[in-house]
Formats: sequence, structure tokens, C-alpha cells
Amino acid sequence: MRLAYQFALESDFVRADGVEATEFPELASAYRVYAVPKTVVNGGAFIEGSLPEEFFLDEILKTLAPPKEEGSS
Amino acid sequence: MGLLRDSDVVEIRARLQEMVSPVKLIHFTQELNLEYGRETRELLEELAQISDKLSLETYNFLLEKEKVTEYAVDKVPATVIRNGKDFGIRFFGLPGGYEFSTLLDAILAVSKDDSGLKPESREKLSQLTQPLHLEVFSTPS
Repeated sequence: MRLAYQFALESDFVRADGVEATEFPELASAYRVYAVPKTVVNGGAFIEGSLPEEFFLDEILKTLAPPKEEGSS
Repeated sequence: MGLLRDSDVVEIRARLQEMVSPVKLIHFTQELNLEYGRETRELLEELAQISDKLSLETYNFLLEKEKVTEYAVDKVPATVIRNGKDFGIRFFGLPGGYEFSTLLDAILAVSKDDSGLKPESREKLSQLTQPLHLEVFSTPS
């Protein structure tokens, strides 16, 4: 959560919500949160566990942009 | 009796001495039907009293729709951590245990307006061209 907040502070494009999982069981269930921390990216992709800064950011960014090669669909 | 013990207050005060610019906690609640609504508000009230640079605004989630929309809050209890600018930092629920420490770190980072990230991370984030919404689920322990 700390890193997500740091990312939000750094970039205007990032919004970081820390969510206390036990208080929002329906949301946690919808996102299949069985273990914490779990990070959901744009309501879809997710990252399980705590990762060091560079790996965490890379994993997040990987979920974003589709490959840029031409012809990929 | 408060939620924070005297020894907690001493420790928090020491940490918050690093604050540079004022930080606002914008809290949304709806005390009825919320298991920890009252505790969350009281905890934030006690916290806000510890530093002159920290203030708290509380809004009713059901009644103050304009603020709810402004801060794009869809569930409560919700707490926005901001200075003159809203960076998109939110916490939903009662920030207890480890999460409380994370909240303090967020307050300090916002106050210093410094993410504290490595240069490579800052560079990668500066290349973002689309919104990125991170929802980090945690538990207090």
C-alpha cells in the first residue's frame, strides 16, 4: 500500500486506494482476495503479495499497455 | 478514553515533526450501519489533534453528495490524504495496526510532496499516459 501511495504522489495519472479487506467483504470477494496484500489494477489484473519497488511497478505497468508491435490483436 | 494511548501519541508526535506543509484528511462516513464508522472518525480526530499541520474535515457520505463526487468516493469509511493538491490517495476502512503506520507515512510523504521513489521509478511513472487505478487490499495485522 505504501508503494501504491508513493506512485500516486509521483504521478497525476495514478490513484491509489488502500482497502481494509475485512471491512469490505463484498468487494474483496468480487476481486477474489484470499490473501493480502493483493493489488488490483484498473479493476482487472492483479498482483499478489509484496514486491520490491522496481518489480511492483514493472508488474503494474505490464498489465497496462498492449504490445506495440504492428499486427498484434 | 481515547483510542490512542499516551505512548502512541508521543511516538506519533515525534514522527509528525517531520511534516513540512499542512496536510488535510478528508473523511467520509455514514455512522449508522457501519461497523467501525465511529471508531474510524474518533481515531482520525485524535490523530489530527497531534499536529498543528494536520487537519480533518468530515463529511456525511449520504448527504454531502457534492464532496462525495469531488473526491470520487464510492464506499465508506473513506479517508483522503491531501495537501493543497489531491494526489489520489485514499484509505477505505479503519486504519489499524500496520495500516496506521502506512497512513502516517502517507501523511509525511504528502506533507513533503516527495514520493521518495527511486529515480528509475519516477522516470517510468512520468511516461504514463493513461489512468492507473490501484486498489491495494490489506488487513490490519
